[in-house]
Amino acid sequence: MKILLKNLNLLHPEQKINQKSDLLIEDGIIKSIGNLSEKDISDVKIYNFEKMYCLPGLFDMHVHFREPGREDEETIESGSNAAAAGGFTEVACMPNTNPAIDSAEVVKLILEKSKNHLVNVHPIGAVSLGRKGENLSPIAELVESGAVAFSDDGTAVKTSSLMKSALEYCKMFDKVIIDHCEDHSLSDGAMNESLNSTQLGLPPLPSVSEDLIVARDILLAEYTDSQVHIAHISSKTAVDLVRYAKSKGIKVTAEAAPHHFSLTDDALKTYDTNFKMSPPLRTEDDRLAIIEGLKDGTIDCIASDHAPHSIEEKEMEFIYAPNGIIGLETQLALSLELVSNNILSLEDIVLKLSINPRKILNLAIPRFEIGESANFTIVDLEKIWTVDLSKFKSKSRNSPFDKRLFKGASVAVINNSQMFYEGKFSKI
Amino acid sequence: MPVSIKHLLGLNGVSQEDIQTILDTAKTFREVLERPIKKVPTLQGKTIVNLFYEDSTRTRISFELAEKRLSADTINFSKSGSSTKKGETFKDTIRNIEAMKVDMIVVRHESAGVPQFLTRISNASIINAGDGRHEHPTQALLDMYSIREKLGKLKGLKICIVGDIAHSRVALSNIYGLKTMGAEVSVCGPLTMIPVGIQKLGVNVYNNIEKAIAKNDVLNVLRIQLERKAGTSIPTLREYHNYFGITAERIEKNNKDVLILHPGPINRGVELTSEVADGPYQIILDQVTNGVAIRMAVLYLLGTR
Repeated sequence: MKILLKNLNLLHPEQKINQKSDLLIEDGIIKSIGNLSEKDISDVKIYNFEKMYCLPGLFDMHVHFREPGREDEETIESGSNAAAAGGFTEVACMPNTNPAIDSAEVVKLILEKSKNHLVNVHPIGAVSLGRKGENLSPIAELVESGAVAFSDDGTAVKTSSLMKSALEYCKMFDKVIIDHCEDHSLSDGAMNESLNSTQLGLPPLPSVSEDLIVARDILLAEYTDSQVHIAHISSKTAVDLVRYAKSKGIKVTAEAAPHHFSLTDDALKTYDTNFKMSPPLRTEDDRLAIIEGLKDGTIDCIASDHAPHSIEEKEMEFIYAPNGIIGLETQLALSLELVSNNILSLEDIVLKLSINPRKILNLAIPRFEIGESANFTIVDLEKIWTVDLSKFKSKSRNSPFDKRLFKGASVAVINNSQMFYEGKFSKI
Repeated sequence: MPVSIKHLLGLNGVSQEDIQTILDTAKTFREVLERPIKKVPTLQGKTIVNLFYEDSTRTRISFELAEKRLSADTINFSKSGSSTKKGETFKDTIRNIEAMKVDMIVVRHESAGVPQFLTRISNASIINAGDGRHEHPTQALLDMYSIREKLGKLKGLKICIVGDIAHSRVALSNIYGLKTMGAEVSVCGPLTMIPVGIQKLGVNVYNNIEKAIAKNDVLNVLRIQLERKAGTSIPTLREYHNYFGITAERIEKNNKDVLILHPGPINRGVELTSEVADGPYQIILDQVTNGVAIRMAVLYLLGTR
C-alpha cells in the first residue's frame, strides 16, 4: 500500500533537515522524499498536510501502563492508544506493575501484548526484585528479554549501596538507571513544603528530599563512572545540581514533566486531588528553574510520568488519594506552549520529545531517509482545541487539564506500517 | 443580622462583620445556658449530622449539646461504626447521608480539605470541626469569645499561640480570626514545630517562652501531642517542659497579668503546670462553656439563613 503525504515541513535537527517536502511511503517504508506529483504514482492515497510539521516520532520515556496488575486503570493497549492520540510513536513503561517488571516473563508479556500496535512499548526493568530495594533484579536476563533501562520508579533506589551496585552492573550493558529521587525519610507528606502547605494544613514534603537523592546519584555516577538519569526533576536546587554535574562531565541526564513547568502548588488551593503528584507541584521559583533548565539544556527531555488512577481512588480525602496524573494526551500541547511563549524552539521540542530520550536509552532515532521505516509525528502548530477528558483514549480520567484551551496538536502518527489519523488506526 | 457565609470551613477569608455577628450571637446563647431550661426551639425540624472521622470527645460533645439546645435532630457518625470499614468510599458515604435529607454536616477529619470536598459533593451547610492541621474555626471563635469576655476587646491585644504550631489546626484559625479582629498575633515554640512561611501571614515568631510571656497580653497554649513521634520534633517532653512550659514562676517573673487559654485536653506538667492550669491566670473551663454558646451561634446563623 502506498500513501503520499503532501506539503509537509520536515524537521529533524539531528539530520539538519528543515525543509518543505512530500513523502511517499510504501508498506511503512519511506520510498521518496521531495517534490512528488501524484500523477507519477499509481494507486496512492493522498494526504495534504499543508503548513504542518513532520517530526521524527515522539518518544515518551516515562509512562505507567498498569498492566499487569491494574488493568482497570490502564492496559498496554489503552495506554498505547493514548500515546498515539497524544502524538507518540514510542514509550518506555515503568516497572511498578504488579508483579513488577523484574522477570523475563513480565518483559516478554509486555512486548507480546504490544507487538501489533502502532506504538512501540519499551519495558523498563526494576532495579531491585519487587522494587523492594534489597536485591538486584536479574538485570542481564531482563536486558536480554528487551528491557531498555532500569528504575525502581515510584520510589528512589533505596540505599546508596544498592544504587552503587546497580550503576556498576548496568554499565556492562550500556543501560541507564532512571531514578525517582526522593529521600523517603523526609517525604512523609502530601504536597510541597511552602507557605501553601502551611496555609492548607497538608503534611509537607520538602524539596530537599529530592535534592539529597539527586546529589547522591550524581556523586555515585561520578564515582562509578556510569550513567544516571534523573526522572521528573522538580526542584530548583536539583536543576542546579544537574547543571553543575554536567559542567564537570559527569554522565547525568534529566527529564521534566509538563505539569512541573506548567503549574505550581498554588493550584492545590481547592484540594483537588488531580493536582497531587510525586514529586509534588512546587513553587514559582522551582517552575522557572525547570524552564531555565529546559532552555539551557540542563534538562534533556520532557516526559509525561503518565500515571493513570481510577476515579474512586482519586476522589478521596486528599491525604489518602494516590499520586499522579495522566499526561500522554496533553504533553505535546503543554510543551508547545513553551514554543508559543518563545521559551523553546520547535527544534528544541524535537530534541526533548524525540531525539534525546532515544539517545539516553540507546535506541535508534527515526530518520527521514529513503529505505527507512516511517516513524513520525505530524503536528499542526495552529490547531486550537479544548481538552475533553471524556474523549481521551486513556482508561483513566485523572488530569487537571480538563477544559483547558490549547494551541497545537498532533494530527497524525505513523509507525510500524500503521497510521493513526482522525481518531482511527489504519494499515498503510 | 445574618452572616454572608453558607459554610464555616475556616476563618481564612471570613469577614470582620461575620465574626462580630457570630461572637455577638454567642453572647445571647451564653445567657440561655444560664437559664434553668437551657433549650430553645430555633432549629426544630432541622437535621444535623456529626461526621467524626477522627477521635474527638470534647468537640463532638460540645457540638452535640449545642445542637440539642437548639432542638435540632442529630445523628452521630463516627469512623469506627461506619461503612467505611466495609470498603465504601468517603464519597459514597456522604452521598448516602445526603440522600437522607440532612441540612447541616459537622465534620472532623484527619485530612485537610475534607470540608471543602464536602461542599462539592453535598448541598448541606458544612461546618468544619477540625481538618488535618488546617483549621478548627469554632475553637478559634470560642477562644476569641473568651478573650473578649475577659478583657473586653480583641483589637490591639497581643496574643501569642504557644506549642506545636506546625501540627495544629487551632493555630491557623486563631491567626486568621484574631488578625481579622485587629489583634497582634505571634507564635512561640521550638523551630521544629513552626511551619514554613508562617511569618508571611504577619505573625511574629518567638523561640523563648519568657519573652513570649513578657511581651503578650494572652497566651493560647496548645496541647503537645504525646502520641507524636517522640525524638524528632522535640527530644523529650521533659526538655519541652523545661524550655517551653508555662510555670507560675515564669508568669510571676515576666508578666503576672498574662491571660492563659488552653483548648484542652491539658497535659499537666508538659505545656502547663497544674499550678497554672488551676490558677488565677487561666480561663480554661470558661472556654469550654463558651464553646457550646459559640457552636449554638454558628449552627443558628448557618441553619436559618
